[in-house]
Amino acid sequence: MRYMMLIYDNEALAESQSEAEQQAVFAEYGVFTQEVREKGVLEGGDPLLPTTAATTVRVKNGKRMTTDGPFAETKEQLAGYYILNCKSLDEALNLAAKIPAAKYGCIEVRPIMEMGG
Amino acid sequence: MGASRCDPSWRWVAESTAGLERVLAREAPRVRAGLIGRFRDFDLADDVLQEALLKAWQRWPQDGVPDRPAAWLYTVACRIALDTFKHHAVRRRVEPELVTALAERDAAEVEDTHLVARFDDELLRLMFTCCHPALALDAQVALTLRTLMDLSVEEIARAFLVEPGAMEQRLTRAKRKIRHAGIPWEVPNDHEIGPRLQGVLTVLYLVFNEGYAPTAGATIVNRALCREAIRTTRSLLRMLRGHAEAVALLALMLLQDSHADARRDAEGGLVLLEDQDRSLWDKRAILEGRALLEKALTLRQAPGPFQIQAAVAALHAEAADLVSTDWPQIVALYEHLVRLTDSDVVRVNRAVAIGLAQSPNEGLQALANLDGEEMRRYAPYHAAEAGLLYRAGRRQEALQSYRHALAHVQSGVVQRFFERRIAELERSTS
Repeated sequence: MRYMMLIYDNEALAESQSEAEQQAVFAEYGVFTQEVREKGVLEGGDPLLPTTAATTVRVKNGKRMTTDGPFAETKEQLAGYYILNCKSLDEALNLAAKIPAAKYGCIEVRPIMEMGG
Repeated sequence: MGASRCDPSWRWVAESTAGLERVLAREAPRVRAGLIGRFRDFDLADDVLQEALLKAWQRWPQDGVPDRPAAWLYTVACRIALDTFKHHAVRRRVEPELVTALAERDAAEVEDTHLVARFDDELLRLMFTCCHPALALDAQVALTLRTLMDLSVEEIARAFLVEPGAMEQRLTRAKRKIRHAGIPWEVPNDHEIGPRLQGVLTVLYLVFNEGYAPTAGATIVNRALCREAIRTTRSLLRMLRGHAEAVALLALMLLQDSHADARRDAEGGLVLLEDQDRSLWDKRAILEGRALLEKALTLRQAPGPFQIQAAVAALHAEAADLVSTDWPQIVALYEHLVRLTDSDVVRVNRAVAIGLAQSPNEGLQALANLDGEEMRRYAPYHAAEAGLLYRAGRRQEALQSYRHALAHVQSGVVQRFFERRIAELERSTS
């Protein structure tokens, strides 16, 4: 079953890390990505630019409205995602716990709605 | 007050002194903003914050970093302020009600879970206050560096080649002016915020530029200033959404900053854009800068100076080298910028672009229109002229212009650059 791992962490905190610390975090993600690739469960994943680069779109009464920023201001922000094809929720949760942001943010694990065919 | 359990997100911090220093450095501006907002007194805020920081240094290595470091520092600092007031109240026997009122509010705030969010409001207010147009520009810059970026007076003085005593005076006068002129502690309303925000952005960009291309001193780049400017602009963007110029400023800073490693050679000398090894440019910074610029443009607000400058920077970032850069588009952007700012500095940049888009002689013509008292003291004007003359094959005249440029430059690094150019030209024309 496919799950999307939504990676949440505190952008402001991440930005204030030193260059070396940021490199270290990237390296950790590299290790995780390699692991899930080797397990054969990796189907996708990307880091996202910070919410300062985000635009939110709504269409109300036929009118398109765009606002600067994420859909809501939150203490932690969506920083990236993985799509993993796992045997069960347990496997998904075990993998989610290994994603670096789980240590200082959180990972939301959501089953993907499979549209048959 | 006092640390309970150690939040795991701070674990990487408590493990080193350097880490602890960084937490405190990051939290201090917000806490300072909260204290200034509360007491409306820069110096009192500074004093009590210093004492609270000292306490943190003593306690946190043993107790662990508290759950909410900013709240801890703020609460401790307020208690110290309160003790000071009480002490004075007892001695002077005045305003006991004030002391009581402060004590009650103090107790309430310890419970306030929105305390840290309020700091963001205070920080935003502080930004607008420090950059109020009633203050002289150099006072705005000094105040911003001191209160928002937590630079010491010595560091600020050194960056601007001023005596620390003089810088101290500049800061004192600015703070006094805020008090006496009744400069408000507010984020401007929707009607006023446009030009006021432009003022804040201008100060932030000044700080960035002072880090990127120091006007004086021995280094090419003061990365700390660039980083602080970028960090503060990021905070601003998170607190104030929907302003294309602010988004564009961050884009501009990132796009410029992406060149930092290529700007210096092995001996620490200056390398001009045309000679830079573009493979050394920071691709991540360019990626983010371009994404931000694109977003700024989709906000569909009237293009301001930062959007235009960011667009120029993006054109450079996209080009493989000087020759394949879209110079006609850059000329058009500078035309727009001249119309907006009426700035001679921008006219010099435009002349250089015309020189590359059309011909060196046309560039020189554009430059000739600028001749004037102030331009004669402006080194980049002479440097631009020298470059165009050189390209037009007029080497003796180029030599003269480089000599003029050298005479008006304070930065040791830039001096050495011009000296090298002059030496090369002297050899080839003799």
